Amino acid sequence: MIEYAVQNRSTILEALVQHIWLSLLPVVFGAVLALPIGYLAVRYRWLYQPVVNTGGVLYSIPSLALFVVLPAILGTGVLSPLNVVVALTIYTMALLTRTVADALTSVQGEATRAAYALGYRPLRQLVGVELPMALPVMLAGLRVATVANISLVSVGALVGVGGLGALFTRGLQLDFIEPILIGIILSVLLAAVCDLGIVLVQRWLTPWARLEAR
Amino acid sequence: MITFDEVTKAFPGGTVAVDNLSLELPTGQITVFVGPSGCGKTTSLRMINRTIEPTSGRILLDGEDIAKQDAALLRRKMGYVIQHAGLFPHRTVADNIATVPLLNGVNKKQARERATELLTRVGLDESMAGRYPAQLSGGQQQRVGVARALAADPPVMLMDEPFSAVDPIVRDGLQKEFLRLQAELGKTIAFVTHDIDEAIKLGDIVAIFRVGGRLAQIGPPEELLEDPADEFVADFVGRDRGFRGLSFLTADDVDVQPVSVAVDGDPRLVLDGDGRPRGWADGSDRVRPIAGTFTPSDSLRLVTDLAISSPAGLAVRVDDHGVADGVVAHEAVARHLTSLRRADEPARTRAGR
Repeated sequence: MIEYAVQNRSTILEALVQHIWLSLLPVVFGAVLALPIGYLAVRYRWLYQPVVNTGGVLYSIPSLALFVVLPAILGTGVLSPLNVVVALTIYTMALLTRTVADALTSVQGEATRAAYALGYRPLRQLVGVELPMALPVMLAGLRVATVANISLVSVGALVGVGGLGALFTRGLQLDFIEPILIGIILSVLLAAVCDLGIVLVQRWLTPWARLEAR
Repeated sequence: MITFDEVTKAFPGGTVAVDNLSLELPTGQITVFVGPSGCGKTTSLRMINRTIEPTSGRILLDGEDIAKQDAALLRRKMGYVIQHAGLFPHRTVADNIATVPLLNGVNKKQARERATELLTRVGLDESMAGRYPAQLSGGQQQRVGVARALAADPPVMLMDEPFSAVDPIVRDGLQKEFLRLQAELGKTIAFVTHDIDEAIKLGDIVAIFRVGGRLAQIGPPEELLEDPADEFVADFVGRDRGFRGLSFLTADDVDVQPVSVAVDGDPRLVLDGDGRPRGWADGSDRVRPIAGTFTPSDSLRLVTDLAISSPAGLAVRVDDHGVADGVVAHEAVARHLTSLRRADEPARTRAGR
């Protein structure tokens, strides 16, 4: 296996790099979209159910179906990486919208009431009090979304853009176990490293959250 | 001065929380809103900083209608303390305290310095500045809550059951320090509680609310105890209101007998070498510890309690050094009260609370 990895290191590295940006870019886009939508679902309570339900429906669309349908909708080429990025952005957004809405709802209480009564204006209260307080829950959601994306990217290999997934298809075609094993190992490692990264960021951003657990 | 001018608050669905309320909160004094749950006391408090808007009527702050002022800026002029402190868990103690100054645009360094200064003011150590609220006890959090409310030096303080969630001993300490702080600062304070004892202890003026948001009676606490307007008030201030009323009489006019009366009595008062009271001794060698002592500025309530609970029926008075300088028998307290009742205009002075 090591021999195979060394011989094909440039192919493997390329696949890994593609896998990283195919999975992480949608996390960023999805989170950026989920924040305002989640906020609106809290601000206007009647939006909450429709937003959460829509998210649930979107998340239940099989990824392969989305990869295949998107080119027709977006007018992109069948082999365009954009299809995967857009599809995973939709999943991330669907997953995180609910997390953001629930996180912002869960922090409502004595502290937010006190903030209001001390003279915060709404936007500043959102940025200065509610979002930081909601951060631990939102980052927990981000961990789930990130790991899910990393595993979903591989499916893209079936439409020709799949990062490490390309190693699985190659292994299958050649009836050869090495690339499949390497693909699995790197995929799991990538997920673990990203997850750890978010945990470290969380510890750094919310030192207070661990105290509360006591 | 804060003025309620025929203020009514009806919630959607028709519940009337506050019904045609008119009252005044004098500048520099503590006005306590007290009453059973559902009497509209908290709603009334929240209307002062416009976190709840009245359905009709006006509230004036120093003659100006607060409805015409910017709500956020108005709130920053009013310190706000609530039951569980409501501290921001993601901010250190210093940053919690600095909240309103920072909102007002004071720079961070200055705001933190002021915050640290306030920590000592509310009886906390400066080393707490860098801690998070989760690392503090309930009583400490409440002190930080008070410091946060004081940080921008607001002329008005609104306090919604600030001491209800802590245990009785801590509460007693917080109340005493609150009064000490108020003696220094002289804020205009609106204070909500459901505890009539707390109302009487802290209030310069006490407003008793009844269910349905109507004012039952308002006045200095001694007036409410002595002359309740109706059965509801009489019932609310409690059956032992006569005894509680003794809180407002000082012990300085009671007949005091020399200490020798107690030292030679049976059981006898035991003094240490410096003349400080140690306890009561009967025939055996056992010395029962003394329940407490009083000074001339203490209330008659304390004197009465000490006299009743002492085995000899005597309350022991001490000077500034703790040396016994007199005793008061419970009969003397009774005589004193009789003489007060006979006097046309009882010389009432507020006991040093």
